[in-house]
Formats: sequence, C-alpha cells, structure tokens
Amino acid sequence: MNIVMPDFAPAIPEMFVLAMACFILIADLYVSDENRFITYLLSLATLVGASLLTINLHTGESVLTFNGTFISDTMADVLKIFIYLVTGVVFIYARGYLQDRNLFKGEFYVLGLFGVLGMMVMVSAHNFLSIYLGLELLSLCLYALVAMHRDSQDASEAAMKYFVLGALASGILLYGMSLLYGVTGTLDIAEFRSNINQIGDPNHVVLVLGLVMVIVGMAFKLGAVPFHMWIPDIYHGAPTAVTLFIGSAPKIAAFAMVMRLLVDGLGGIHAQWQDILIIMSVLSMGIGNIIAIAQTNIKRMLAYSTISHVGFILLGILAGSRAGYSASMFYTIVYAIMSMGGFGMVLLMSRVGFEADKLDDFRGLNERSPWFAFMMLILMFSMAGVPPTVGFYAKLSVLQAVVGADLTWLAVVAIIFSIIGAFYYLRIIKLMYFDKPEDTTPITSNPEMRILLSVNGLGVLALGIFPSSLLALCMAAIPNI
Amino acid sequence: MSSEEIIFYAFSAILIFAAGMVITIRNPVFAALSLVLAFFTSAALWILLEAEFLGLTLVLVYVGAVMVLFLFVVMMLDINLAVLKEGFAKYLPFGAVVAIIMLAQLAVIVGPKQFGLDKFANPVAQGVEYSNTKELGRQLYTDYLYPFEIAAVILLVAIIAAIALTMRKRVKRQTMQPEQQVQVKRNERVRLVKMPAEKKL
Repeated sequence: MNIVMPDFAPAIPEMFVLAMACFILIADLYVSDENRFITYLLSLATLVGASLLTINLHTGESVLTFNGTFISDTMADVLKIFIYLVTGVVFIYARGYLQDRNLFKGEFYVLGLFGVLGMMVMVSAHNFLSIYLGLELLSLCLYALVAMHRDSQDASEAAMKYFVLGALASGILLYGMSLLYGVTGTLDIAEFRSNINQIGDPNHVVLVLGLVMVIVGMAFKLGAVPFHMWIPDIYHGAPTAVTLFIGSAPKIAAFAMVMRLLVDGLGGIHAQWQDILIIMSVLSMGIGNIIAIAQTNIKRMLAYSTISHVGFILLGILAGSRAGYSASMFYTIVYAIMSMGGFGMVLLMSRVGFEADKLDDFRGLNERSPWFAFMMLILMFSMAGVPPTVGFYAKLSVLQAVVGADLTWLAVVAIIFSIIGAFYYLRIIKLMYFDKPEDTTPITSNPEMRILLSVNGLGVLALGIFPSSLLALCMAAIPNI
Repeated sequence: MSSEEIIFYAFSAILIFAAGMVITIRNPVFAALSLVLAFFTSAALWILLEAEFLGLTLVLVYVGAVMVLFLFVVMMLDINLAVLKEGFAKYLPFGAVVAIIMLAQLAVIVGPKQFGLDKFANPVAQGVEYSNTKELGRQLYTDYLYPFEIAAVILLVAIIAAIALTMRKRVKRQTMQPEQQVQVKRNERVRLVKMPAEKKL
C-alpha cells in the first residue's frame, strides 16, 4: 500500500486560520476581561496573516490537491481576500456594540474565525463533500453567534428558527447531492461534469430531481424567494453585530458555492436550471423590494433589501456567460461592502440600551452628524443603484450580461423593481435631511469605527468613480468556460 | 427466495414497524425503545450489505451511548403527553397527503427503473480475509483526508458552541479572607450605642 502525500502548500491559508483559531480559543482562557482586546487584536492579526499568505501563494493557475477535494484558483483567492477584508471590518465595527452589551467575549471572535474557515472551505471546494462540510461549518458558527445574546428573547427565537430551517435546507441539499451521486457515481466536480455529458440525457429524472433539490438548498442559503422567510426574522432578532456578519461575508461564500455547484458541476445542463433561476430571481426582486417598503425597522428593511439584491446576483448567474458570472461576482463583492456599511451605520448610532434599529432613529441625522448622514446617503444611493456610486455599476454590469443572453424582458423587469426599491432607500435620505431629530444625544462611538466607516462610505463612492480595477479583477477570476 | 432475501425482508419489516412506532406511540420511553429497535435492525441490514464496521458502530454509538443518554433525559423530564399529542388529529390528513405524495415520488425516482440491477450491478462479494474497517480507514486517511479533517473541525465548533451557549459563570461566592479576619480590630466590629433608658408606662 503506497500512499501519495498530498500537496499541502495551496491549503496553507486554511491551516493558518485553523491553527490561529485554536490558539486564540486556548489563549482567551488566560485573558482577563479587562485585557479582552488581546483576543480581538489576535483575531485581526489572523485575518491579516491569512491575506498575506493567500496573496503570496497566489499562482494564477488552478491547482488541485487532497485527491481533488480542494482547488486553489484565481476566483478562490480573490473571494478569500474579500472574505478576510469584510470579516476584519465586521470585527472592528462590532467591538463597541459588543462591549456595550457585555458580549465582548472570546467566543465571538473564535466562532467568527471558524466561520471564516468554513467560508474558505466552501470557496475552495472541488468536491460535493467539501462544499457541504464547509457550509455546515459556517452555518454552525452562525447559529451559535445568533444565540450568543442569551438574555435576549428575540435572539433566542431567531437562533431557533435559523437552526431548524437551516438544518432542513442542509438536509434537502444533501439529499439532492446524494441523488446526483446516484446518477453519476462521483462526488468530484470535474468528474461529475464529464459524467453528466456521458449520460447525454438532460431530462434524466433523477438528475433533474437532484438538481432541483440542490437549487432549493442553495436558494435557502442565499435567501432567494420562495426560500427567504428566515432572512427578516434572523436579521431582526440577532444582535446587530452578528447581523452585520451574517449579512456580509457569507454572501461571498454562498456565491462561490453556486459557482462551484451550478456552473462548474452542472454547467452542462445550463438550460435545465436557467428557468428555475429566472423565476426565483424575478420573485426575489419583486417581493424583496415591495415588502421592504412596509418596514419600520431598518434591520428588517435591509433584510428585504438583501433578498432583492440576491435576485440581482442570480440574474448574472442565469445569464450563463463569462460576462454574467463575473458581473455576478462583482455584484456580490460590492453588495458585501455596501451591506457592511449599512449595518455599520446602525451599529454606529446604537449605544448602551439603545439599538437604533428603527427608521425613525435616523430622523434628522444631518443635524446631529452631517458627515455620517452623508456617508449613509452614499450607501443608500449605492444600494439603490444611483450613479456615480458603485451600486450603479454593479447593476449595470449584471443587466448588460442579461441583455447579452437575449433576455431583454428580464432586464426591463429588473429595472422596474429597482425603481420601486429606490423608494425606501430615498425615504431614509428624506428622514435624515428633511426631518427634525427626535433624539439629540450625540453619537458616541470609538474613533477606529468612525474612521473605518468613513473609509467604507468613501470607498463605495471611489469604486463607483473608478470601477475598472475591481471589474477587471472579477473578469480575471472567472476562467473561460 | 434465498435465505439472504428472507433475512432482508424480515429485518426491513421490523425496521418499518419500529420506525412507525417511534412517531405514533404515546409513551416517550416506549418511543425511545422503538428507536433502539430501529437502529438495531438497520445495523443488521448494514451487516447484510457487508458493511460490518458501520453496523457495529451504529450499535455501539447510537444504541449504546446516544439512546441510553436519551432515555435518561426522557425519564428525568416531566413531559406533558397531552400537549405533545395536541393537534395530531388536526394535522394528520394534511401530513398523510404530503407523506403519500413524497412516497410516490421517491418510488418513481429511486425505484428499480432508475437504480435497478440492470443499471447498477450487484457488488462483488468479498472474501473472509477482506477487512472492511481497514479499507474505510485507508480511504478516510488518504483520499478523504481533507473532508475528514473539516468534519473534525465541525465537531470542535459544536463543542465550543454548546459550551458558549450553556455555561454560566458561577456567581461570586462569599468567601472569607483569613488574613483580614485575623487583623480585624475591635472598633471595626463592635459599636457602642447610647440609648435613653426606657420609661415605665
């Protein structure tokens, strides 16, 4: 029996994050509550270290290792860098909020880092098994994070709902994967693709049922209609710092999962899943944008806005072209940055005993802090897709891809729903600039958050004026298929 | 019918009966015991498939450890049966319709038309010297090393999450500091209070 040693080099960032997460887990036990910032700094150092490793190990080629269960390519590296970036910012934004609520504990950072590891596994997966395990690792960390605020009834309820529905979705995904395995006899994505071509019958009943179940599982994790019901409740019930985490980085990982499963694995039967995705994307854009109008809680409103953005991400994927995939990737990254800023604003305005999660809490923000009102203005314009913010380019590139796939009617529908959606984004701007403040307490938050949130807002503007480098990066990340 | 088939159908019938008992029986202890029976018969089915290691692990881990723990919990908790059974009749018709539809779909999908012997040949029976456990171990530690390690990380996260969610730090106990007790002065503990003498009524 001869054993071939796998090539460990491509997975060094994963190993580093795992080792550091375990180290922080132990080190945190010896840190007193006053010195908890050591855990916080170590977690940030882990993310910085992982990004340096990922950049240094980047080769530009796609390398398979661990018997084909792990892939390292440009898409994986680019998405991983953005996952580190977004998670790092989430950690920094969350600090003040967690300290105010006596939640500033090592577990938040340890679970966050394990969540990052799960996302990295998903992004680099080249086997159904690795995709599923990465997803479970991420979800398990998220369930625990939502429940972390034990004395809050809302948070416990949200965690319970998330856990039960998430487990159901994982089960459906797994059942779909097992049916696909039954048809093709393999779990490896490249092998799977060629085996499907060998079957030659895209209407094979087991194949189609497996496909549908896999799509249901993925749609749940992305939050696409009709599998979106969990999003508003969980975004609303979870502590805002956790909502910020759930709403940003995992979307990037979910995009990678869709790319690996649908495009790399099931790309050969694109016509089979295009129609399903069209229905889900139209419904997501419609329901997301229309129900968001009725919300009075900003976390719920941003949750419905997430659903509508997921509709746009699906648009690029269903176009089925290289331009569509890279537009979708661009949209996902931009969305993660915008959502980080949006929930960051809620965190900025909250203080001890005050959540700042009502739309009315934003009334007259311009009088209280003109600078942050301006930041929120940029973020809301970007989410609505108003030029010159980056949200405009994200929507534009996705729509171009859809038109390129001869689905002009779909692009028209998407534009109509974005115009409807602009209403509730502009309503916040109206509240901030034209209404009187109800509460005149000065905004107290730590300086690093103020600086970073300003960078976040200005970054959305700067990327909108110079979008070409990020667009080129996304184009380079998607190989020619 | 060969003896293998007789054993298969016998155990399958017991398995389905036991699984039905788990969800219909009123007493939770009997339900848990039916689950033990269900696990045991599925272990027997696995051994019939020459998956001895999995069959034995199922008995050892699920029957031996998990279900015993489960029974303990069921016996210790005071479960209100009336509440548990509430709405059973109300949801029964709807549940039955969903179950029948799913069963029909599954019969079409995973039935012999798609997965019959003509599509998938019978696996070759291995000899006595063939070690199932060794093969599993070899696969786990070579071909599936990466997923195996990730599964280990998931278990670690489960432990962290469970402890983080349930552990509450003990409230500070009121302990005495001996050195302070020794150094205590009289005037720290005794206070003389002057009061006017009580008058006789």
